[in-house]
Amino acid sequence: MKRRAFLQAGGALAISFTLPLEIHAQPALPPRFQNINAWLKVHADGRVTFHTGKVELGTGITTALSQLIAEELDTSVWAIDLVMGDTELCPDQIGTFGSLTIMLAGPQVRQAAAEARLALVELASKRFNVSSDQIRTADGAAFGPAGARATYGELVAGGSLDRPLSGKVALKTPDQFKLIGKSIPRVELPAKVFGTHRYINHVQVPGMLHGRIIRPALPGAEPLRVEQGSIATISGARVLRKGRFVAVVAEREVDAIRAARELKVEWGPAPAMAPHGNVQAMLRSAPATDRELIKTGDTAQAIAAAPRKHQADYYVPYQLHASIGPSCAVADVGPEGATVWSATQTSFNTRHSLATLLGMKPEQVRLIWVEGSGCYGQNGSDDVSGDAALLSQLAGKPVRVLWSRRDEHLWEPKGTAMTMRVSAGLDGAGNVAGWHYQVWSPNHALRPFFGMAGNMLAGDETSMPAKYLQAGADRNAKATYVFPANTTTLHLVDRSPIRSSSLRGLGSPQNTFANESFIDELAALAGVDPIEYRIRHLKDERAIEVLRAVRELARWETRPSAGKRSGVGRGVGFVQYDNVSAYVAVSMDVRVDPQSGSLRVQRVCVAHDCGLVVNPDGVRNQIEGNVIQTLSRALFEEVQSTAQGLQSVDWASYPILRFTDLPDEIAIRLIDRPTVRAVGAGEPAASPIFAALANAIFDATGARLRTVPFTPERLKAALAARPAAA
Amino acid sequence: MTTITVNGRKHTVQSPPDTPLLWVLISELGLTGPKYGCGLAQCGACTVHLGGQAVRSCSVPVSSITQAVVTVEGLGTPERPHPVQKAFIEAQAVQCGYCTNGMVMTSAALLASNPRPTDAQLREALNGNLCRCSAHMRIVAAVRKAAEVSA
Repeated sequence: MKRRAFLQAGGALAISFTLPLEIHAQPALPPRFQNINAWLKVHADGRVTFHTGKVELGTGITTALSQLIAEELDTSVWAIDLVMGDTELCPDQIGTFGSLTIMLAGPQVRQAAAEARLALVELASKRFNVSSDQIRTADGAAFGPAGARATYGELVAGGSLDRPLSGKVALKTPDQFKLIGKSIPRVELPAKVFGTHRYINHVQVPGMLHGRIIRPALPGAEPLRVEQGSIATISGARVLRKGRFVAVVAEREVDAIRAARELKVEWGPAPAMAPHGNVQAMLRSAPATDRELIKTGDTAQAIAAAPRKHQADYYVPYQLHASIGPSCAVADVGPEGATVWSATQTSFNTRHSLATLLGMKPEQVRLIWVEGSGCYGQNGSDDVSGDAALLSQLAGKPVRVLWSRRDEHLWEPKGTAMTMRVSAGLDGAGNVAGWHYQVWSPNHALRPFFGMAGNMLAGDETSMPAKYLQAGADRNAKATYVFPANTTTLHLVDRSPIRSSSLRGLGSPQNTFANESFIDELAALAGVDPIEYRIRHLKDERAIEVLRAVRELARWETRPSAGKRSGVGRGVGFVQYDNVSAYVAVSMDVRVDPQSGSLRVQRVCVAHDCGLVVNPDGVRNQIEGNVIQTLSRALFEEVQSTAQGLQSVDWASYPILRFTDLPDEIAIRLIDRPTVRAVGAGEPAASPIFAALANAIFDATGARLRTVPFTPERLKAALAARPAAA
Repeated sequence: MTTITVNGRKHTVQSPPDTPLLWVLISELGLTGPKYGCGLAQCGACTVHLGGQAVRSCSVPVSSITQAVVTVEGLGTPERPHPVQKAFIEAQAVQCGYCTNGMVMTSAALLASNPRPTDAQLREALNGNLCRCSAHMRIVAAVRKAAEVSA
């Protein structure tokens, strides 16, 4: 059934597309990237500048990519200087998202470095007048017979490695690795600890103004009256407008802040109220496009014929990326072209959309990426880049825009709410005979793809068209378990009631919450140990191995999860991320206080298999971050909204996890597979957390929590709803 | 005109007297250590030392300052790191690093007043500092290590 997919969103036409493959396709690189020279430069002092389209989001890829380059080049990690995400210098390796950097860009980067090493070997062979097979490379130098030695800097001698990529140079094999697989300390970390690391908010351009954007409580409202006089006494402050875009600029930042606070704007009515009340019910009844993801066997018949049946509904609300640093960008727009400094995850796509916004060709815009606060998906970075670009065009001067805390909470594209329903029938042995999974989800990808300016707030406010990808709802909708009959259906909600885009894992944590809670519910119904029950329904050896590994790590006591009432319990959750990527199993120990409804997570165990591990400590850091960040989402986080607008405006109205909420311990076992393709670790461990915690609460109390966040009120209500104890 | 001492150097403030210290540090002194996170004293990214105490520079009017200000740049350097900074690097207790300034400054002030904090005291002292990348476990481990080393 295909329903209307054309929607009015804030004045601009938004069209949904269900073509998620487009965003994973590697773009064809310009011809110059067929030459080593475009990828890297070897300097006289032996330092290597390497150009990559991938960017550092705080996950440590500067170090991991440097390891890959240094490994193939036979030089030191510390000799590598990465230039990241600059559209003039770097190749478009698609954006930095989806835990795809190591998986997709890793091989490209290694190939370029390996070819450079071969070119250096040939230079050495000429210099020493011996054949190439007599040259050895190590530590940034080439060695020939009889003590002949030349550093890479000496070999290149101020020139460049102007050679076409052959595509035929063999990469190192695991037995040759010196750096891959080592916990090399993070290269940019000391500067962050000494306060000298340069972030996007530190970018200064001569003559730049400071800008702040004034936005209404409800998206789409028209500014009816803007009282310039209300900021007349503030030094150098003035108002700039275009369409619904209203901003102030001033020479000093403190004046811009004051002007934004004091400017009086009368807003007209908005096209729609903010969603309020039962968002879950709203999503279930919203216009949607349905897509059958899996249809194996006759599920309806299998469930109808089963001696035991079960059904449950799950919900995860809108949640924030909640970056600690509000988004910032600087733009210098002239009549002929523009330069925009941005912390975007998608330099090339955002550059294209900025060009549309400015009425320019993409080649006229240079986007220079600069690291921002951690983003965990699409926070406000793209929007603020549009703000700065448009404002600089209106002002005729370079402009820096820094969002306030309130701006970031209110205007970052939210992590998407999703609601799931799962039904199953169990056969006489307690195994799943039929499995019916449904998910209702708005889109997860409002990123500025396709050169669309309306995907950014400033574009929307100046009536530019938007076009979003209907992507992410399917992520891990399909359970990894093998069932005789399985129907899995996506209900792709045409319009997100709250503007939303990619948050870590897209739909995976939500879908995994439903899949992994429900399989646990079935295990309890069947009276079988939850890990044993999962393994019964798995065929994939790596999936089974992570579950066995976490069972051992947690010293799991095999038992049916009947739902004791001791208040102390342990749950498990499993995912193969995106159904093709890393395998993760998590166990969680929890202690519940039934009086207050509060709970403490005591110990978390994670078994993690992401193939070849490039930097074990880096992967551990990502796993710990995924576990704790998702615990925060599980326990505390829900965007609050009334008809008058969003009410989550700061850290008091949208609390996140604090140090006193931490688990006592996170134990991690990495299953390293040096000969298996490396896949990312930036997201996978987030996915099983909601379910592992819900399953632990069930094990501790017999109460099932099916709505995130697991607040004390919800926990007490679930405890009260339990059947009387036997 | 207000005069403040920052990292041992005197500075005459140009901004209006009610300007929060943070904006003076960023806009006038060009410091990159203290970060703007919320402007509401809710997150701790802007933490500096004022007379040895950890304070939220986003919420202190510059004209009210009478004691010496130390920022993370004045706490230690790569050549002479503060024990907390050394421990953060050893424990790799950072992801994006935006909150790191506040974590380091709050921990350094804690250890100055309580050199051997219990785990509970440590978590309590850091409770007003938010970290979204969620490097919390490593931060706790780093501060514990710094306490052991300095004691």
